[in-house]
Amino acid sequence: MNIIKKFSLGLLISLFLTISANADKIRIGTEGAYPPWNSKDASGKLIGFEVELAWTLCRYIGQQCEIVEQDWDGMIPALIMRKFDAIMAGMSITAERQKAISFSQGYADEVASLAVMKGSDLEGITTSEGINLTKKTGAVKKDLKTLTSALAGKTVCTQTATIHQNFLESGDVGKINVRTYKTQDEVNLDLASGRCDVALAAAVAFTDYAEKSGKPVVLVGPTFSGGAFGNGVGVGIRKDDTELLKAFNKAIDKARKNGDISRIATKWFGFDASM
Amino acid sequence: MISSFPKLLNATLITLKLLSVSLIVGLILGILFSIMRINKNLIINKLAYGYSYFFRGTPLLVQIFIIYFGLGQLEFIRSSFLWIFLKEPYWCAIIAFSLNTGAYTSEILRSAFETIKPGLIEAGKSLGIQSKIIFFKIQIPIAIRQSLPAYGNEIILMLKGTSLASTVTLMDLTGVAKYIISTTFKPIEVFIVAGGIYLFLTFLIHNLIKFLEKKYSF
Amino acid sequence: MELLAFGKTGWGDELFIATLMTLAVSITAILIGFLFALIFTPLKLSKNKILNLIANCYTTVIRGVPELLVIYLFFFGGSGAVMYVASIFGYNDYIEINAFITGSFAIGIISGAYSTEVFRGAIQSIDKGQFEASKVLGLKKPIHFFKVIMPQMLRLAIPNLSNVWQITLKDTSLISVTGLVEIMRQSYIAAGSTRDPLFFYSFAAVLYLLLTFLSMKFINRLEIKYSKGY
Repeated sequence: MNIIKKFSLGLLISLFLTISANADKIRIGTEGAYPPWNSKDASGKLIGFEVELAWTLCRYIGQQCEIVEQDWDGMIPALIMRKFDAIMAGMSITAERQKAISFSQGYADEVASLAVMKGSDLEGITTSEGINLTKKTGAVKKDLKTLTSALAGKTVCTQTATIHQNFLESGDVGKINVRTYKTQDEVNLDLASGRCDVALAAAVAFTDYAEKSGKPVVLVGPTFSGGAFGNGVGVGIRKDDTELLKAFNKAIDKARKNGDISRIATKWFGFDASM
Repeated sequence: MISSFPKLLNATLITLKLLSVSLIVGLILGILFSIMRINKNLIINKLAYGYSYFFRGTPLLVQIFIIYFGLGQLEFIRSSFLWIFLKEPYWCAIIAFSLNTGAYTSEILRSAFETIKPGLIEAGKSLGIQSKIIFFKIQIPIAIRQSLPAYGNEIILMLKGTSLASTVTLMDLTGVAKYIISTTFKPIEVFIVAGGIYLFLTFLIHNLIKFLEKKYSF
Repeated sequence: MELLAFGKTGWGDELFIATLMTLAVSITAILIGFLFALIFTPLKLSKNKILNLIANCYTTVIRGVPELLVIYLFFFGGSGAVMYVASIFGYNDYIEINAFITGSFAIGIISGAYSTEVFRGAIQSIDKGQFEASKVLGLKKPIHFFKVIMPQMLRLAIPNLSNVWQITLKDTSLISVTGLVEIMRQSYIAAGSTRDPLFFYSFAAVLYLLLTFLSMKFINRLEIKYSKGY
């Protein structure tokens, strides 16, 4: 009994200690599994483009920050449940997400692309360099048709709850066999193992994987933008948190003007993905 | 919310399919390994013990990850006939679930075998019945009846275990629930509906076992 | 092997700390579970139908719903529920509940449902004569419970509680979804970062086996200690 008494007392104390309102700190949620946007190093530290950018933006806002790790599939619910105050996780601004949360102005452009392993028959498809789904011109329609027939019967893999999944399920490339994964790391593994015939994600996610793993992953087809792919990557913020939204927009303006965004983007992506 | 209900019911079928296939394969494995466990040959015995120790001593999540992501990483597995099965998430889940429930089933059956009164077997022998026939006609039926309550629990544990299929891309009940959340951003409501469906299935299994226990009581 | 090196280059120290975390969560969770069992076992044995129903709802629901769903519900609903209760008392700021508490409580509630069943079974298997003997001796109810029933119940419950411990220990692998860095989460991160899932998940399996092996040794000792005199 004594043990139980002591334990319940200790539990109560620890409960009260952890119930601390962090009103003064901005907590930013990120995934930590989407290199080079955000990932973790061997010491367990969060690194990547967005982690570095987050610290920079916080400096401009002039407030203390804390970066919180959150699995991708629970990112928006966790923001709404106030587990953190802002999302910086390579999250593209889309109309669907804007029904649930607000976004700051975009800070980076995510270029999406299909990828296959070297030797795949999909390597042979010819399309234009890039297509914008907002304006479905004749050329765009023709490319989508090419993709529809190329992807028919293939297992197409992508991360769950992403713009890439939305696109694959939109019907723009017909009815295809889509398989969704919790993280991009898992998509990469299964692309390399051959469980996936082709995968769709940010182009940099594939090039980063190819470079680090030495696996022959090649980008195929056009790069995608517009439509289901949204309008760049922004900071996700709760709808009623208008003050914080303003603060982030201002900070992004400053960081852009001072060249911080392009500098950090070039460091992590190898090219300037800022916007 | 209501519009997502048919989707969840559809996914329930996949959950039930995973459960029933795993249980059948697991039962066969369980019978096999429980027979090995009561074997007097030390090597056979230890082999079966090692199998059940590993699968009962580690979380199912670890097992399914080793089989799906771990084995998929090996070149020689990918170029062998095993890849026909291991390539598919569905079969990986079935393999993991079957091996897991097989380990628990073998323990349940073993302890059932051990509780059979030796007098019963001797009675059979003195009547001049072959030991093979004693095994299949006396020992196995009694062991199965003895293990019904414990096996019922195992079925329910396995039903809950199938929710891990969603971690290897399968769209079972939990997988579809997570998918709906990713478009509606309403986790609590969706998880409560999915939880209700699981609870209903548990209720059905529970009563089915009760019914069988009554029917086959001595 | 350099994957397991300690320090900046390897994952050895991270995995070591993660193992301690798994152990800490498991112990906290099983103790929380005992606390729940202490509340619900008397309800289960009570003659009052309503109390009975409450206790049955608890054990049936928790044992009938996948652990993963219970954990998700806690993760997404836990803070909300606490904040709601706090708002009744006039406290309206955000309340953060850390991942350790969320995880331990989620697993603890699951563990408690199993413990309740074990305690109930143990008490019911105590000889009825004991209750009558206490009455005849004129022992007060609390004394009867703590001095006569509890010690016997614990002895009868230990073998089954070791099962509950194993279930609890393995269930902690599921709280990786809440972001708490225990064995499973750390292996997941390491597997993603090094692209070597086979090695890290196999190593995680070894760590769990080690934990079950050592804790079973410990429980066996307890069992021997408590069955003395019988």
